[in-house]
Amino acid sequence: MKKLSARRRHPLAALVVLLLALAATGGLYAAFAPADKAQADVAAQSLAIDEGKKLFAVGCSSCHGLNGQGSSDGPSLVGVGSAAVDFQVGTGRMPAQQPGAQVPRKKNIYTQAEIDQLAAYVASLGPGPVTPEPQQYNSTNPEDISRGGELFRTNCAQCHNFAGQGGALTKGKFAPSLEGVDAKHIYEAMQTGPQNMPSFPDTTMPEEQKKQIVAFVRHTTNDEPNPGGLTLGSLGPVTEGLFGWIFGLGALIAVAIWVAAHTTKAKKS
Amino acid sequence: MSSASSTTTGAAKPSSTRANPANKWEAAADWTDGRVGIYSLAKANLRKIFPDHWSFMLGEICLYTFIIIILTGVYLTLFFKPSMAEVVYNGSYVPLKGIGMSEAYASTVDISFEIRGGLLIRQIHHWAALVFVAAMLVHMMRVFFTGAFRKPREINWVFGFLLLVLGMFDGFFGYSLPDDLLSGTGIRFMEGAILAVPLIGTYVQMFLFGGEFPGHDIVPRFFTIHVLLIPGIMLGLLVAHLILVFYHKHTQWAGPGKTEKNVVGMPLMPVYMAKAGGFFFLVFGLIAAVSAIATINPIWAYGPYRPDQVSTDAQPDWYMGFSEGLIRVMPGWEISLWGHTLNLGVFVPLMIFPLVLVAIAVYPFIEGWITGDKREHHILDRPRNAPVRTGLGAAWISLYLVLLIGGGNDLFATHLHLSINSITYFVRVGFFVVPVVVFFITKRWCLGLQRRDKEKVLHGRETGVIKRLPHGEFVEVHAQLPQQDLYKLTAHEQNQPIELPAQTDENGVARKSGALARTRARLSRGFYGEGNQIPKPTAEEHNEITSGHDHH
Repeated sequence: MKKLSARRRHPLAALVVLLLALAATGGLYAAFAPADKAQADVAAQSLAIDEGKKLFAVGCSSCHGLNGQGSSDGPSLVGVGSAAVDFQVGTGRMPAQQPGAQVPRKKNIYTQAEIDQLAAYVASLGPGPVTPEPQQYNSTNPEDISRGGELFRTNCAQCHNFAGQGGALTKGKFAPSLEGVDAKHIYEAMQTGPQNMPSFPDTTMPEEQKKQIVAFVRHTTNDEPNPGGLTLGSLGPVTEGLFGWIFGLGALIAVAIWVAAHTTKAKKS
Repeated sequence: MSSASSTTTGAAKPSSTRANPANKWEAAADWTDGRVGIYSLAKANLRKIFPDHWSFMLGEICLYTFIIIILTGVYLTLFFKPSMAEVVYNGSYVPLKGIGMSEAYASTVDISFEIRGGLLIRQIHHWAALVFVAAMLVHMMRVFFTGAFRKPREINWVFGFLLLVLGMFDGFFGYSLPDDLLSGTGIRFMEGAILAVPLIGTYVQMFLFGGEFPGHDIVPRFFTIHVLLIPGIMLGLLVAHLILVFYHKHTQWAGPGKTEKNVVGMPLMPVYMAKAGGFFFLVFGLIAAVSAIATINPIWAYGPYRPDQVSTDAQPDWYMGFSEGLIRVMPGWEISLWGHTLNLGVFVPLMIFPLVLVAIAVYPFIEGWITGDKREHHILDRPRNAPVRTGLGAAWISLYLVLLIGGGNDLFATHLHLSINSITYFVRVGFFVVPVVVFFITKRWCLGLQRRDKEKVLHGRETGVIKRLPHGEFVEVHAQLPQQDLYKLTAHEQNQPIELPAQTDENGVARKSGALARTRARLSRGFYGEGNQIPKPTAEEHNEITSGHDHH
């Protein structure tokens, strides 16, 4: 203390005090800052909901009602959660182009920020499945692929086909192909069960299993070079039969015609 | 035959009397001839004549693909384990790592990924099988539409038909072996069909599977059937089929110098040896190329069979597709009586399935009975000159195709953006309506072509030359066909309908004609009566018109 007291009139003492004071103020600010930031977050959240409501009024309300309560043209969105919005709008299915057996995937016209705002608004209508975080659907364990394959064949392949190529349902409805679908959207589809798909909430299919299924689908539809050559659409024996008739037997008959057309000429003596 | 006699005489006195063979090949040939009589065999057969036409090579495609299937199949048996014992996969294919499966499936995955050339051989085996059955069907249709099944070839027609049916079933047993998800679904389908049979169904099922589905016996049993039983029978039938082809000699198209008593063409040695041998390698090469380019039956993607799993697009290979169609479009009717259920939804398709096949198999005998024709036929019919037969054949094909659409209704729905329900209703109606419509269209078409032939014979072909006559009229000049073309267009004989004997005999007493005879006469009129064939132009008609040819 004596040392400190002796140097209180040192020419740099004022600077040191100033620095300490600044550090203290900064520290205090830092200590209070989280509270301020939290307040700012709430503001951003309510801002997002407000913005989302505006987007909703323009793009969605004609079918789902001005307050998302639903109408004769579209179901109520109370309790569908942000995951459903992120899936439906993110894959371009919503807003729907026209009524029909099923709303198909098409080009998405919203930015991710707008989709988040819409999702925030719809989520505010009632609690529902929440948009997943990347660590929920991005698998790093290579064993997840084979586990996911088994789960996929048990739960998904009967509609989406063994390689995720999709298939027919009744009266023009269909299970779409999973080729080129984002991991997040696959996960959200399982959470929310869009259109004709059953939903697989965490109570029936734990998060871990959903992540494994996503790993299998991504591997099968995107990463995998097919060992046997052309896949012919991975649609099973129907396309194989068609290919066999045209390029197998068809080509052989063409060869036969060629062989028969080239014959030895009888010598005229 | 002659070989037997020469063998016996050969023992006493060698066929070859050459004292000093020119070289060691001749010596070897002499040695063999002295023991099995190859010279007389060769003399009788090496100069055997075959007519030249691409459609006569369809049977060759069948023969060669069959050989390819046997060769590749032998290779596959070296590595395939026909066992349903449970193993855990630990090979190089990541998406299956750590999954429990049968040894049959694991060994097929190993053939695909671990065995050198295994995947290519597997794909050659499977593609060749698809083409084999397709070629048999087309070959059979060629024989059908040209009337090559007529006497003396009815038995060979039946042999060929049996080969087709056995080929279909051997294919089914073959793709059931790997015990993947698709093949297991197919076996389950078959089990369901067996269970639908009243009274004996459950017993047959228990016997075949050695207990409840799936059990542990079905793959080893199918393996024996697939590699031994059916191929053995097929090999025997194939040899018999070829012996009969040699014995009957080949049929030929009508043409100058071609009669019912000769065969015009090229000799087996050397022309057909070269052509057929070369064609074998072309067939093998093409099948190998297809197998190198395109996947067939990607069992690794299907995953191992588990009774609680199923994938969409679970169809059989194309040749069983019409049975899939039958079962998919049949309404799910069932009758419950006294505690027993008769599942019509499965049983009716199971009964129609053999009928579809038998319908085409018995046709030669029906036609033979209707025409009452007991003569031998070695000159082929042009399809247009047998309108009813051609119409019936086309109707049969259309029925087959309609059922194939039914079997693939889900893919037609997704790829053509249709409702699967609409396709199913279409097939239900089409099953009855389409063959009838196709029959009448084809028959009219044939009659139209006959009229055109008649027109061509009588008035010649259009030259495209327009001539202006002195008084201003324009006429198109027709040119007479060459003599050989006239012959080809008029060589066919036209059957006349069978007439029932007069209702009363010469004494005015009513004569009895049985219902069968009356039916036959009616059918015969339907085949050859007025309006069912166009009378071909006679020489007199031709002369009359051509004599005044310049005037029109």
